[in-house]
Amino acid sequence: MADGIKDKVVILGMGCTKFGERWDCGPEQLMVEAFEECIQDAGIDRNEIQAAWFGQCYDEIGTGKGAPGLAISLRLPYIPVTRVENYCATGTEAFRGAVYAVASGACDIALAQGMEKLKDTGYGGLPAIDGVNSGTLPGQTLPNISAPGAFAQLASAYRAKHNVKYEDLKRAIAQVSVKSHENGVKNPKAHLRKPVTIEQVMASPIIADPLGLFDCCGVSDGSACAIVTTPDIAKGLGKKDLVSVKALQLAVSNGEEQGYKEWDGSYFATTRQASKRAYKEAGIENPREEISMFEVHDCFSITEFVTYEDLYISPEGGGIKDVMDGFYNADGQIPCQIDGGLKCFGHPIGASGLRMLYEMYLQLHGRAGERQLNDPKIGLTHNLGGFPFANVNAISIIGRYD
Amino acid sequence: MVGIISYGGHIPRLRLNRGIIYGSNAWMAPGLIGSAGGERSVANWDEDSLTMAVEAARDCIGGFDKQAIDAAYLASVSFPFKDRLNSGIMASALNLEESVEAADFSASLRAGASALLAGLNAVRSGDYRNVLVAAGDRRITKMAYLHELWAGDGAAALLLGSDNVIAEFKGSATITDDFVDHYHGEGFQFDYNWEERWIKDEGFLKIAPKAIKKLLDKTGVSGADISKFVMPCVFGKVPHQIAKAFEMPKEAVQDSMFAVCGDTGTAHATVMLVSALETAQPGDKILMASFGQGCTAVLFEVTDAIKNLSARNGISGSLVDRKEDQNYMKFLSHRGLLQQDWGIRAETNWKTALSTLYRNKKMILGMVGGKCTKCGTSQFPKADVCVNPECKSINTQEDCEFANIPGEIMSYTSDLLTYTLDPPAHYGMITFENGGRGMFDFTDYENGKIEVGLPVRMVFRIRNIDHQRGFTQYFWKAKPMIKQEEAQNG
Repeated sequence: MADGIKDKVVILGMGCTKFGERWDCGPEQLMVEAFEECIQDAGIDRNEIQAAWFGQCYDEIGTGKGAPGLAISLRLPYIPVTRVENYCATGTEAFRGAVYAVASGACDIALAQGMEKLKDTGYGGLPAIDGVNSGTLPGQTLPNISAPGAFAQLASAYRAKHNVKYEDLKRAIAQVSVKSHENGVKNPKAHLRKPVTIEQVMASPIIADPLGLFDCCGVSDGSACAIVTTPDIAKGLGKKDLVSVKALQLAVSNGEEQGYKEWDGSYFATTRQASKRAYKEAGIENPREEISMFEVHDCFSITEFVTYEDLYISPEGGGIKDVMDGFYNADGQIPCQIDGGLKCFGHPIGASGLRMLYEMYLQLHGRAGERQLNDPKIGLTHNLGGFPFANVNAISIIGRYD
Repeated sequence: MVGIISYGGHIPRLRLNRGIIYGSNAWMAPGLIGSAGGERSVANWDEDSLTMAVEAARDCIGGFDKQAIDAAYLASVSFPFKDRLNSGIMASALNLEESVEAADFSASLRAGASALLAGLNAVRSGDYRNVLVAAGDRRITKMAYLHELWAGDGAAALLLGSDNVIAEFKGSATITDDFVDHYHGEGFQFDYNWEERWIKDEGFLKIAPKAIKKLLDKTGVSGADISKFVMPCVFGKVPHQIAKAFEMPKEAVQDSMFAVCGDTGTAHATVMLVSALETAQPGDKILMASFGQGCTAVLFEVTDAIKNLSARNGISGSLVDRKEDQNYMKFLSHRGLLQQDWGIRAETNWKTALSTLYRNKKMILGMVGGKCTKCGTSQFPKADVCVNPECKSINTQEDCEFANIPGEIMSYTSDLLTYTLDPPAHYGMITFENGGRGMFDFTDYENGKIEVGLPVRMVFRIRNIDHQRGFTQYFWKAKPMIKQEEAQNG
């Protein structure tokens, strides 16, 4: 019987670029920038990396298909390199590949790197889906759904389910963005670093009702990476205060949400499944009490909002109270998006999961500067890719290795 | 007895006041004022001759046995495809039997009458049980042309058969005469028209009477016996002049619907005929005359069975479903007559994989899903593995038509980011009565009047047009069923 990933793998080093409109950088420069920080942090030679996983979602505006994009950029020494793509969980999937490889004993040291170069499309937002890049059948039947349009629908269903007034939910999700901006101000690697008021967010132009511009995360270029190994090897390298992987879980929609009768459109069925499994794997019994901090997939404010409940941190229907009470603020009980979140970092798809882990890693090591929380022990990251009705959910939990 | 056994109609919901067209063009075409009264019907951006005909046909065949429909004829001069059987797409949309004979009738505004005659003759021959005859047009003219004012968009459909005939076919007569009042040449975007006075005096007033006289002589009916005279003509007085010449009762002349709709081209004879049937009484004799490179005249006599035909939306019903849209620029834009900057997002590639379309033809064109024979779960699309988590049986599903199943909105948004010709795009999750759901575009909605729980009806519409390859792609959309008074207030 499998006993899970808990404490089998530790993070040896991490790196993360400045996120933003990196007009002067191509994918290669972004990857090198993150990797340089990571390899220095790890304190190893690049030739000690025995396998690598490369997360990139939009290969058409990145390095193209396959793994050579990463291997060539970093001049990796003819090792196994695998490109992964799984919507917005792409970065976390790269991490999972590297962690599982080390845990299996197939290699000692592995690299996970995520990268996305979004700002080469010529327009704002994520690249549009069309008739040839979304599958030949969905391309003939699905509406031309934009990312905000997909997630905005959560709001309509949440309001209907919990009998919430339009304005009340609009205000609560505005507070989600306000809170993240407060944190992003303190993060030199964030893309957006200005505070915003609840009034500004609520008055921002509508993109997909009820989401306004400030309910949407930025669109940025960026890369982040991690080098992982076993606790014993890390100790052998003289590393102290190790940060280990406590849980890695994924849940993928199987068509029930969009085809059967149970799901009501107001939550993520996948997140509820994956989080339960992750807590079990990490040995967490009461997430509201035991998690020190978390980074959720705030592609849109409403996504973060419903995720509070899907992670069983806020009670169902209790999200509005928690967010308005400041429960998730930097000085609240469980700070959420302490680095500024996707909201301030933007969402270079392949990089995001690793960028979240990077902040949890810094916090656990006490290296988060102005943002440093008091003695965090457990950090959770969450990615949600696709559409509320058909998606990929990834949850990672990391913490101190005792 | 052979004749009409059912009818249906579809006039699109949008209406444009002709004064707006006139006002925008008066600076260069002041003469338009003579035709600037009333309003014309306007197809939504996602409607064309085919989708409107499908809607009329659905109205027409509702409650009838689709398996008895042996032929499906479709007439139009604005078909989306020059070489792909448009009536075949209609047959797929209606989920008719594979054995149906589908055929297109085109190249003349008389083609609707030709399709009707072909259908009547096929039923009379005994070869076919029921024949569906539909006609639709969305004719696009140059700006500031008289026909921009005169024309309307719309469709109508008739079901022909020999049981429970509501209007018996008494006979027909045709004159074919290459009188070129207008033509549409190969490779050209617009019609070319000759002088109106010549068209009226040498065309309508000389050619149509020949066909009508031939018909009356043939059937032994006198003009005075005609209760309803159906004759589309953009010159309002012409039908009255002809009726008078044949001593038809004054009130027999059917309204051209110029004030409320405009001339729907190939469909208009059928549209007016359906309109006449809606108020017809047993015993009424209806004479339909359709002009175009000659004239075809057809005589029907209404039977007692018309009282038994269940209610249809028809032409009168669709005229009630009315939304004023007084934006002439939008009208032009939706008809492809303007060059606007739609942004880089509009550059997306809408190539249709034809092999995928064919494999999934019933789903995409016919809105056919599945029903699990083991657990009874209805689902869309039909899948190899049942979606019910307690079942998940493999290969247990039979076809299940979803097009006519009422649905309601489960979640929605209005999206200003994504590309659509009519922003903001509205779409959301629709749940169907008795099971099944899906993410669909909305159409014919009222902005700001969408809510969770609102009932919807599925309609067959254009999903995308691949301008790079000339391919119009169709799928089903959800039309919110809002009350008419609410729509008008919006």
